[in-house]
Amino acid sequence: MNREDFDILKTNIIYFDNGATSFKPNIVKEKIMEYYSLYTANAHRGDYKNSMIVDQKYEETRRKVKEFINAREDSEIVFTSGTTEGLNMIVFGYFKNVLKKGDEVLLTESEHASNILPWFVLAKELGIVIRYIPLNENNEVTIEAVKNSITPKTKVISLAHITNVVGDLRPIKEIAEIAHDNGILVVLDAAQSIAHKKIDVRDLDVDFMAFSGHKMYGPTGIGVLYAKFSLLDKLKPLYYGGGMNAIFTKDGYIELREIPTRLEAGTTNIEGIIGLGACIDYLNMIGMDNISKYEHELREYLIDKLKKLDFIEIYNENNKGAIVAFNIKGVFAQDTAVYLDKYNICIRAGNHCAKILNNVFNVNNTCRISLSFYNTKEEVDLLINVLKNSRNIYNEIL
Amino acid sequence: MDSNLKRSIIIDNYQNPVNRKREDNNDKYEKINTRNVSCIDNLDLYINLKDGIISDITFEGEACVISIASTSILINKLIGKSINVALEIIDNYLKMINEEEYDETLISDLVVFDDVSKQPSRIKCATLTANGIKKYLMENK
Ligand SMILES: Cc1ncc(COP(=O)(O)O)c(C=O)c1O
Repeated sequence: MNREDFDILKTNIIYFDNGATSFKPNIVKEKIMEYYSLYTANAHRGDYKNSMIVDQKYEETRRKVKEFINAREDSEIVFTSGTTEGLNMIVFGYFKNVLKKGDEVLLTESEHASNILPWFVLAKELGIVIRYIPLNENNEVTIEAVKNSITPKTKVISLAHITNVVGDLRPIKEIAEIAHDNGILVVLDAAQSIAHKKIDVRDLDVDFMAFSGHKMYGPTGIGVLYAKFSLLDKLKPLYYGGGMNAIFTKDGYIELREIPTRLEAGTTNIEGIIGLGACIDYLNMIGMDNISKYEHELREYLIDKLKKLDFIEIYNENNKGAIVAFNIKGVFAQDTAVYLDKYNICIRAGNHCAKILNNVFNVNNTCRISLSFYNTKEEVDLLINVLKNSRNIYNEIL
Repeated sequence: MDSNLKRSIIIDNYQNPVNRKREDNNDKYEKINTRNVSCIDNLDLYINLKDGIISDITFEGEACVISIASTSILINKLIGKSINVALEIIDNYLKMINEEEYDETLISDLVVFDDVSKQPSRIKCATLTANGIKKYLMENK
């Protein structure tokens, strides 16, 4: 649906790598261009009209994000460069200051590198212990497994809402409830879910959350960190400089601004923030529930067609996200990706940055299709046709 | 070389590669892994170097058609060569991939990969093993 909103789709590309990044609707590009062609200025700086327009758009976007994820306060929304920066701020700005040697962090083996490596580094620095919640046979997190993994030393559970390899949706609300009953904080990596599902941070009751603009039809280099006010207020800035200080004197005294301003040091990605605001308006216009419903139907259609091909192995038939992992039997994933690229079909081959998840589906590398609402059944049909003709794949790719 | 012939040599080496086996428990062999240069291809190379001569190389792992076939053809060429000759072969092969002047007589069968430079995403695949062996030989010269 809404294909006409994306100029890039006129190039006849079939883009099935939306989990990596999504295309940008024209309106997002137009709003960014307006900033450069009509009212360029820095934020929070000037007393002239354009600067005030920028300030207004800047804070307007914050309000839009707040409403989009149903946070309580505008001040719970911090602009970052993306999920990776958000997660690093959570780990090194908050948890570094509250965790003690021997405290335990619960992750899973299917987390993205950005939700594992910061914890690894913190574990080395503080002597905290990283434990993995065991996944079930479908590579999913169950409530039982979470319960069984919690010990008196568990202080934080940090999980992707939807994983980028398997595409499974985690029961975050239930997990948060158990976590909070045990005095444990919950960090949500929403990189893969933000564009596909309505997210309500109050309903899920997560304590921290991070996501990226570029996976939700917005620009690259912009993202959001959300945290409950009282927690965010204790998150120490990782960067110091302009914009975030209230007073400083020559003897080294510094007083910082309030949140979220003190966590946005320096000139931020203003065009990105304006673009993010535009993409949230755009997503609201289509409706997140419509998007979920459409993508779900399209996934069912794709699975149904793939299942009819006996030379295709599907690895995550029953997961709920917009991701399908598969291989042509006996063909290395990258070779399949190169073959599909000949027909202008973009998919991702590899282990998807989840390197500790060895043999997730008993293979190391898979082809990943990640769908968007602008994908269509016709595109799926074309893919299926190309796959059907893959018998001589090596003749075509060599 | 005619492109059909090239293709069939590559496919043949992919489907029936030379020396595709592990030598984990053989202390004559040193194991090197290529994964650090590529997110996805993951080959272990086992090199048996004796008195400055490559007396054997084997490999195992998961990789694409270009990686596997180039590994097969390359190690077949290198076995029995001195370190210096082997390095010369590898350098000429890398020159060909990078579209520089190279000596065709030195690399013979490896010319089947002379079109790879047209597919930038495949250059890494075609040079994975060559670079791995080169680094090892340089260190053990
Ligand atoms: C689950 C998950 N977490 C985190 C990230 C990192 O996002 P970014 O690269 O935008 O910081 C990604 C991106 O692929 C992801 O899929």
